[in-house]
Amino acid sequence: MSSPVTNVITGTRPPEAVPDGRPSRTLRRRIGARQTLANGLTLAWRNVTQLKHSPEKLMDVTLMPVVFLVLFLYVFGGVVAGSTHAYLEILLPGLVGQMAMFASMGLGTALCEDIHKGVFDRFRSLPIARSSPLIGAVLGDTVRFGVVMAVLTAFGSALGFRFHTAPLAIVAAYALAYVFYMAICWVSVLVGLIAPSPETVQGISFIWTMPLVFGSSVLLSNTRTMPGWLQAWVKVNPVSHLADSVRALTIGGPVGDHVMYTLVWAAGIVIVAFPLAMRMYRRRV
Amino acid sequence: MTTSDGAAVATVIEAEGLTKRFGATQALAGIDLTAESGQVLALLGPNGAGKTTAVRILSTLLRPDGGRASICGYDVVADAVQVRQLLALTGQYASVDEELTGSENLIMICRLLGLSRPASRSRTREMLERFDLGAAGGRAVKTYSGGMRRRLDLAASLLGDPEILFLDEPTTGLDPRGRSQMWDTIRAVLAGGATVLLTTQYLEEADELASQIAVIDHGRVVASGTPAELKARTGSQTLQVRAADRGLTPQVADAVAAVVGTRPEMSDTGLVTVAVTDPAMVPAIVRMLDDVGIVAAELALRLPSLDEVFMTLTGHPAEDESAADIEMVPEGSAA
Repeated sequence: MSSPVTNVITGTRPPEAVPDGRPSRTLRRRIGARQTLANGLTLAWRNVTQLKHSPEKLMDVTLMPVVFLVLFLYVFGGVVAGSTHAYLEILLPGLVGQMAMFASMGLGTALCEDIHKGVFDRFRSLPIARSSPLIGAVLGDTVRFGVVMAVLTAFGSALGFRFHTAPLAIVAAYALAYVFYMAICWVSVLVGLIAPSPETVQGISFIWTMPLVFGSSVLLSNTRTMPGWLQAWVKVNPVSHLADSVRALTIGGPVGDHVMYTLVWAAGIVIVAFPLAMRMYRRRV
Repeated sequence: MTTSDGAAVATVIEAEGLTKRFGATQALAGIDLTAESGQVLALLGPNGAGKTTAVRILSTLLRPDGGRASICGYDVVADAVQVRQLLALTGQYASVDEELTGSENLIMICRLLGLSRPASRSRTREMLERFDLGAAGGRAVKTYSGGMRRRLDLAASLLGDPEILFLDEPTTGLDPRGRSQMWDTIRAVLAGGATVLLTTQYLEEADELASQIAVIDHGRVVASGTPAELKARTGSQTLQVRAADRGLTPQVADAVAAVVGTRPEMSDTGLVTVAVTDPAMVPAIVRMLDDVGIVAAELALRLPSLDEVFMTLTGHPAEDESAADIEMVPEGSAA
């Protein structure tokens, strides 16, 4: 900003500034990773500020954990675990995985709406990385993750859920869920960019989230009564790995390689979904 | 390149044979444009003529199908990163975030441009004051009037001290008061010597603001020149008189015919319209009406409308060519 550039406001332009049509300001030839991240954080601030102005947008993530916890707990509790209290220990860690999946769906709808507003023209004409608005949207969605997990945990505790592990393990459980959430958000972004209109995003989202959420160990830790093909699906399903990891890290038991598989899945999802989302974004706007 | 007085002149915007097609619609059919440093170039044409497509290509938002364009010597496709550091775009629909406040919008852009937090805050305050939005800075943009939104949009565009400013239909949709306020604001920016590319549907707006006009029709430049040259080519201005007493309309027509020498048209509403070549005829008509004792309720000399300009330049009226608003819908979008 300090080079002797033309100032539109004052019109001050050194006479030697444009002898050949090239301005004297030094122009960057590419946008570095550091700037991309800084721009992403600024645009995440935009998303968070929007939520601050209209907190009603957080209604879904506030009510969802309450409704699901109550319904699953009292419908299945007695049958699955003999008592609702016993089932709560299995259910709540599983719901951490389920809520991460469901909360991420809102991002696709929001992005699909947002991207056609004039402000995206501004972002695209600014000297910032093309990916910054998408990175900002995903980082800004941290707020939704925070709300859904806080409500789930607080309401679960009120119903009688108790952690049985060390604080560090509990932190690790939620951190793992957050990493997985950030990864799965890129799939939501991709859906938001593919969907022809915001109304269709939710329909598309349900199609791919349902088999992952319910064909998993989220609601049951014991999958032996399922048919073989479903057991095979549950076994590879990343949501199962996340649910089993969180279970082990919050109520105890062997962690096994669930954490490793969850992380591998998260990395795999980002590696595939991020470039696809960027490609759609370039084509779409 | 030098001007007659020897001062260096640099070509800032250069476009050659730009073409762009959206499905069955040829939005640009080979457009050539040049603008020199400090010039205000207006692209004048009806809806759907290709103005916005041209701006979107020049501002790196859209790739051309054919032809080439450069900004300060940087190619808009190959050197898009550099081009974006030189330009600012004020879109047809204000490119600001409706859900944020005016001040949050400007702070966000400052931060994206790399300013520190304190610098962003002070720059934002300064710009809000300058664009008469100081009191509204803390309000959500969705509560702003159309004119306030455009002013905020313009303020956001100027935050980065751009070499070139693109103003895409800056007053479309504003009421007359908002329009003249926006003109004042734009004129203040122009006084600083900015290079500006302006698109408009109004000859009056191009005449008010631009130093060069290119008339666009069906994705081509059909005429270009200074506003004076263009007006000379399209001929006359239009004089309109309406008598306070509608019953005297024929007498008004007689008086006008006596001065101008041609029979004016009379509308049902009592409006007497005639083309005049010499503005000095206006006082003569006023005197004539005064002599015969007719009070004029309305008397105006105006520039030819875009319709009349188009009729002269292209031989067809400026029909609205926006088949399904092609210009606004970006490529590949299903909206």
